[in-house]
Amino acid sequence: MSVPLSPPEIPPRLALWHVTKRYPGVVANDDVSLAVMPGEIHAVLGENGAGKSTLMKIIYGAVQADEGHLVWNGQEVRIANPAAARHLGIGMVFQHFQLFDTLTVVENIALALEGRFDLKTLALQVRAVSEKYGLPLDPQRLVHSLSVGERQRVEIVRCLLQNPQLLILDEPTSVLTPQAVRKLFDTLRQLASEGVSILYISHKLDEIRELCDRATVMRGGKVTGETDPRQESAASLARMMIGRELPVCSAPPYHGERRPVLQVQGLNFRNEDPFCASLFDVNLSVNAGEVVGIAGISGNGQAELLAALSGEQVSRPDAVLIEGAPVGHLHAGQRRNRGLAFVPEERLGRGAVPAMTLAQNYLLTAHRQPSLRRHGLISRTRAREFAARCIERFDVRCNGVLAAARSLSGGNLQKFIVGREVMQEPKVMIVAQPTWGVDVGASAFLRQTLLDIARSGVAVLVISEELEELFEICDRIGVLAGGRLSEPVPREETDAEQIGLLMAGTQQQAA
Amino acid sequence: MQILEPRGNPSQLMRWLAPPLAIMLTLLAAAAIFALLGKSPLQAFYVFFIEPLEYANGWSELLLKASPLILIAQGLALGFRARVYNIGAEGQFLLGAICASGVAIYTDGMTGWWILPAMVLAGAIGGGLWGALPAWLKTHYNAEETLTTLMLGYVASYLLSWLVGGPWRDPAGTNFPQSILFSEPAMFAPVFEGLRLNSSVFITALAVPLFWLFVSKSFMAYQLAVGGEAPAAARYAGFSARRTVWVSLIVSGVTAGIAGAAEAAGPVGQLTLSLSPGYGFAAIIVAWVGRLHPVGIVLSGLLLALIYIGGEAAQVSMQLPSAISWLFQGMLLFFLLGADAFVDFRLKRRPLKLWLKDRAKEQEA
Repeated sequence: MSVPLSPPEIPPRLALWHVTKRYPGVVANDDVSLAVMPGEIHAVLGENGAGKSTLMKIIYGAVQADEGHLVWNGQEVRIANPAAARHLGIGMVFQHFQLFDTLTVVENIALALEGRFDLKTLALQVRAVSEKYGLPLDPQRLVHSLSVGERQRVEIVRCLLQNPQLLILDEPTSVLTPQAVRKLFDTLRQLASEGVSILYISHKLDEIRELCDRATVMRGGKVTGETDPRQESAASLARMMIGRELPVCSAPPYHGERRPVLQVQGLNFRNEDPFCASLFDVNLSVNAGEVVGIAGISGNGQAELLAALSGEQVSRPDAVLIEGAPVGHLHAGQRRNRGLAFVPEERLGRGAVPAMTLAQNYLLTAHRQPSLRRHGLISRTRAREFAARCIERFDVRCNGVLAAARSLSGGNLQKFIVGREVMQEPKVMIVAQPTWGVDVGASAFLRQTLLDIARSGVAVLVISEELEELFEICDRIGVLAGGRLSEPVPREETDAEQIGLLMAGTQQQAA
Repeated sequence: MQILEPRGNPSQLMRWLAPPLAIMLTLLAAAAIFALLGKSPLQAFYVFFIEPLEYANGWSELLLKASPLILIAQGLALGFRARVYNIGAEGQFLLGAICASGVAIYTDGMTGWWILPAMVLAGAIGGGLWGALPAWLKTHYNAEETLTTLMLGYVASYLLSWLVGGPWRDPAGTNFPQSILFSEPAMFAPVFEGLRLNSSVFITALAVPLFWLFVSKSFMAYQLAVGGEAPAAARYAGFSARRTVWVSLIVSGVTAGIAGAAEAAGPVGQLTLSLSPGYGFAAIIVAWVGRLHPVGIVLSGLLLALIYIGGEAAQVSMQLPSAISWLFQGMLLFFLLGADAFVDFRLKRRPLKLWLKDRAKEQEA
């Protein structure tokens, strides 16, 4: 059945009419309509939980809409599964890559193709497509040896080999250096000029203003605006996206004593696993009252450095010092006794036990508080009281202290974990990816919290992939790339361009 | 093809309803088996589950068998919650019996109140050491405890048969592989005149509230639970994974060892080859059917004990094979694991090709 389209012009490549998708307790998409023209780069802008991902899954056939129509090149269609979507000519590049580390580029691409092919011809095709679109790739390289940017190219080339008419990219720049982002944009513009439509999902306002022709803004499952992003300011887009002004952090000057609290001296870590990173002669000093940021793309030693700092991985005693005392040989619990607090990147399963209640999760690191543990017994009442205080003070939205950690949204769980660590009154606070997957409002709150505790005299170390975030809250910024940490420089003396070059430094050698 | 798809939020109610469901399914399957054997299922159920409880002796036997099952299962459950799978409680039970018997044999002829406590202590140490051995192998050589505990069970049973066939054989026992009969100071006294139930049942009665207190209140049990639920979170918090292994295996070894001592110094009254009717293995089922909860274990221990004595009764009065109790135990565990699987997963029908192809994408979605 075809739906007649009123203006007899070129039909949109893809049009969604009044699409609604309900999940138990939540309407993920509420009466969403949007149209993408051939050759258009169309942004879908919204916070986490705004319904962008559900909408893309509907387009890609991974879930079915409850109501509404999908019209593809003027024909109403039903997309039953991702294979059907690919047959229509829809390709999707996921935020988290789906590649096998131990296979070559061309083998990975072959896995996604249907029908018969031979690897040699395919390798030639891969090379041809990658050269045409400025995505240099060696088809015979093993995926584990590729940088993150190169892996993304594999995903894009894999889609392009199927000659898509619509390419969906989900937060494609979250792992790229500023320079790599520009290259990606060149590729996307070239594709668009050839008539390929692009759906670009992002929450980064500046990118969307630079790249996209149209933007559909979503909030709470609904479309809150459709606009030409080039005509909008970041502030006006943010208003559409979050319904109010973009919150800003305030970083007052620190007047206390500037003594080093956390020091790292010549930290080396040799990783036996060839798929993991090693650390080479890492040196770092974080003073009371300051926020030091470490930029870089995950996989460059971030996880290893964090484990070495938290004590989950021990090292030489004097490789890590807290207030001048060697702690490199101490395990995580002993370092916490000395005033270290840590918020890991994985909130569920590491920072919190998924099936346990918030009160029980409060105990995870807070059992040191004397009133919580006596003679080997724990006080559940006190744990509940403290957890309730944490929930209130850090504005954690949940069903009370007996809610299971896994029932919380990412942002609220992060607020709870950060709150729990702050309430231990640490001397050093280490935070990995503080606002990953957290909405704009909660992100601003978390960043302000980190600034506030720093200014109260805590040494704060933030490891993040988001450059904008680091430039917003850090006093000094260093880059961890290829297991080597650059000397952190004051924020005023550097810029995203320079940091981006450092991030790419060792990767380009490897490529 | 059909696949099991994880449920997002497994129901807690169903988790507790799974054991009653498994019991019902076991009964249904048992009814079918009885019918196939040409016996009336109703009569069989009567013989199995009602008749033993019509007399005081039946109750005495029930508690006598439930007591070691419950005691061992309490210790096992602690480790299971921390995902340390000690399946060699049978061996630790035997070691406990051996060590306690050693005390009884070498103090034969002496009198004194201390002999029995010394036997229990020796049993606890023996079982504890037999649990500590796999803990050492695990923490130093990363040897899988499921294998080492099971294999050490065989070592324990050969040790037992060497002892009762050699150095500890009763000189007046006409070459039967068994030790001397223990004298009165080395035996638990009967609770009621004329019934086999002995005072070792009070050890279990004391252990249950202690375990309940430990599990619900102690920081150590909290650490064990975190280690089982989320090992990365335990590492993050600085809880020692090694200590989890040591504590789990030693505690379960100690409870099994005490149960073994009580068995030798109780209904058996000597060290024999056939000392254990498989309590160490049955206790694994008791722990799971009791949902690893100290009170749940009491209920499931009573149930398994009933199956034991019901099986004995059925052998006598219905000429059913002795394997029938094992069959019941096996079916119960099978149905429970099956029910658990459906608490955590749902069955979904999908074409195989599609499933393979979209699995990666689905994980993303």
